[in-house]
Amino acid sequence: MSEPTEANESVESTGGSAAERHVRVVLVDDHRMFRTGVQAEIGRTEQTGVEVVGEAADVDQAVTVITATRPEVVLLDVHLPGGGGVEVLRRCAPLMADAEQPVRFLALSVSDAAEDVIGVIRGGARGYVTKTITGTDLVDSVFRVQDGDAVFSPRLAGFVLDAFASTDAPPVDEDLDRLTQREREVLRLIARGYAYKEIAKQLFISVKTVESHVSAVLRKLQLSNRHELTRWATARRLV
Amino acid sequence: MPRWAGRVNIDGMPEAAAAPLAEPRPPRKLYRSSDGRWLGGVARGLAGHLGLPVIWVRLVFVGLFMADGLGALLYAAFWFFVPLGLGGVDAQRPPPFTTETASDGRRRLVARKPDKGQIVALLLMVAVAMVFVGSVDLGNGAKAYLLPAVLVGAGVALVWRQADNARRARWMEVGRRRRTLSLLRAAGGVVLVTAGVSGIFVLQGSAAHLGSVLQAALAVLVGITLLAGPYLVRMTQDLSEERLMRIRAQERAEVAAHVHDSVLHTLTLIQRNAENAGEVRRLARAQERDLRTWLYKPEGTGKDEADEPANLADAVRRNAAEVEDKHGVPIEVVVVGDCPLDERIAAQMQAAREAMVNAAKYGGEGGAVQVYAEVEGKTVFVSVRDRGPGFDLDSIPADRMGVRESIIGRMERNGGTARLRAVPDGGTEVELEMERAEKTS
Repeated sequence: MSEPTEANESVESTGGSAAERHVRVVLVDDHRMFRTGVQAEIGRTEQTGVEVVGEAADVDQAVTVITATRPEVVLLDVHLPGGGGVEVLRRCAPLMADAEQPVRFLALSVSDAAEDVIGVIRGGARGYVTKTITGTDLVDSVFRVQDGDAVFSPRLAGFVLDAFASTDAPPVDEDLDRLTQREREVLRLIARGYAYKEIAKQLFISVKTVESHVSAVLRKLQLSNRHELTRWATARRLV
Repeated sequence: MPRWAGRVNIDGMPEAAAAPLAEPRPPRKLYRSSDGRWLGGVARGLAGHLGLPVIWVRLVFVGLFMADGLGALLYAAFWFFVPLGLGGVDAQRPPPFTTETASDGRRRLVARKPDKGQIVALLLMVAVAMVFVGSVDLGNGAKAYLLPAVLVGAGVALVWRQADNARRARWMEVGRRRRTLSLLRAAGGVVLVTAGVSGIFVLQGSAAHLGSVLQAALAVLVGITLLAGPYLVRMTQDLSEERLMRIRAQERAEVAAHVHDSVLHTLTLIQRNAENAGEVRRLARAQERDLRTWLYKPEGTGKDEADEPANLADAVRRNAAEVEDKHGVPIEVVVVGDCPLDERIAAQMQAAREAMVNAAKYGGEGGAVQVYAEVEGKTVFVSVRDRGPGFDLDSIPADRMGVRESIIGRMERNGGTARLRAVPDGGTEVELEMERAEKTS
C-alpha cells in the first residue's frame, strides 16, 4: 500500500513575510499541464515573491534554460525525457558549485519510490517534495532552498532514518555514516509531520538549529559513500 | 425462425457442433514437462498427455530399452521433437487417479529437488545399462562399440538438456550468471561426442586416417561457420528483437487493461459525484493508492490485498488505507523499519487504527492525518497526529468508550503505553508504544 501525498510539508516561512522576498525560479517538468498549474499557483510575483523566469520540458532544454537564466532555485521533476532529473543535476554541477551565485535544486515529483528520492538527493538536490504539496508550502520550500537550507518531507525523513538504521555494519567514515542522536530526533519529528517551528518548540531549540541539523543530515546523505544507502534504496522500491 | 439459427445454417454447421464452441476447451498438446523431470521430461509429459501415472510410462521406456535399445531411441526422438512445456503445462493438471497413488508423495519430493531426481535417474540408467551389457550377448564386435556409443549419447544428452534449460531460463527470466557454466557444459558435450566418434573410428581400424579425417572435418566446420555464421547471428538478433517487441506489446496490453478496469471506472465515478467534493477526494485518493501499488510495487510483494498483512509496515498501511477510504480524509504514512506482527503488535495496530479513525473524524478538516511507525530494537512506536481543533482528554466523559477503552485501555492491557497530547500549534497527537513479544525476536 502506498499513501503518497505530502500535503503539508514541514516547512514554515523563514523570517519575514514572503512578499518582501524575491526569488527567480526555473520550472523543469515534462507535463505542460503541471507547469501551468504551478505557474498559476506560485507565479504571481507580487504576492508570493516567486518569479518564474523559465520553463523546460526535457534535460537538454533544462540545461540550456538554467545556464542562460541563472535562476536561484530550480524546481526539478525526477522523471524527465533524456535521462531524468539526475542527469540535469549532473550536467549542472558546475552551476551548483558556483560560489558567487549558486543554482539550487528542489526536486518535485509524483513518485515516492525510494530510488528516485535518494537518487536526486545524492545527485545534489537540496530537498524533495511531492507534487501534492500546497502552493504556500511550495513557496516556503523554495525560499528555504534559496537560503541554502534543506527541505525534507516526512517521507524523505522516513527514508533517511530507515536507510541509516538498516545496517549493523561498522561505518566507513564515522562522521558521515552515522546520524547523531539529535539529528535522529529531528528527523523523527519531521517524519511525524511536525513543522520546523514545532520541532524547535518540542526540542527546546531554535528554528535555526533545526535547520542546521537538517542540513547536516542532507550533507551526510549526499556525501556518505556507504554502499548500503544505494542498495537499500534499490531494494526498497516502493514505500 | 430465429435469426441465429439461420446463421448457423449458413455456416453449414449443425447446431450440435456449434455447442462445444460455447465453452472452448484448450486442445491437449503434447509437451515435455519441465517440472520434476529426470532426464528430458518426456515420460512426465507423456504421462500428463495420456492420463497415466508417470511411473508406468517410465517402466515402459525401460522395458523398451531392453528390446535392443528401442526405448532409448524412442526417448531420444521424443526429446528431440516434442517441445518443452512451460512450467509443466500438463504436469500441473495430472491425471486424477495418480494423485491418490503412493508414488505421488515421492514424486513431489522429486519435483522439489530436481537434482536428486536426476542423479537417481542417471544411476538407474547406468545400472540398467550394466545389466543390459552383462546379460545380453551382443557379440564381441558390437560390444566394443558400446563405450563410444555411450560417450556420444552422454554428450548429446548434456547439450540437449542445456538447450532445454536455456529455454526455461528465458521463461523464468533467470539472470546470466550461469553463462560460464553453460559454456563449460557445451564444451563438455562436444568433447564427449568427439571422443565417442573418434573411438568408433579407432575401432573400425581406420586409426591411421584419424588425423586427416579430423582435419577435414575441422575444415568443413570452419567453412560452414563462415558461410552460415553471419546469417545465424542476424537471425538470433532478429529473434531477440521480436521477442522484445512482443514483451512490450504484452506490457502495454496489461497497462491498458488496468487503466480500463480501474482508472476509467474511477473517473466515471468522479464525474458522477462531481458536486460531492469529499467523495471525489476519496475516490481520487483510493485510485492513486491503487495505481501506485500497481506501478511501483515489485511483483509478488502483497500486490493482491486479499491476504492478511503479516508484518508491521503492511498492517499500518492497510489500516490507514481503510480508514482513509471510510472517512475520506487523507492519511499519510511513514514507516521506518519493519517487523513481523505478534499478538501485542496486533493489539497496537488496532489501537492505532482507532486513533486514525478518531483523527479522521475529529481532526480531519485541518488537513492530512500523519501516521508514523517505527521499529527500534524491540520497541514499536506509532504516532498518529492530526491538525484538527484538538481535545482535552479530561473533558471526555469517562463513559465514552472511544479513546479510553479502545486506545489507552487496549494498549495497557497488552503491556504497552498510550499517550495523548495536544500539539502546540493545534491538533492532537496519539503516541503508542509497545514492546514486541519475546518469542518473535
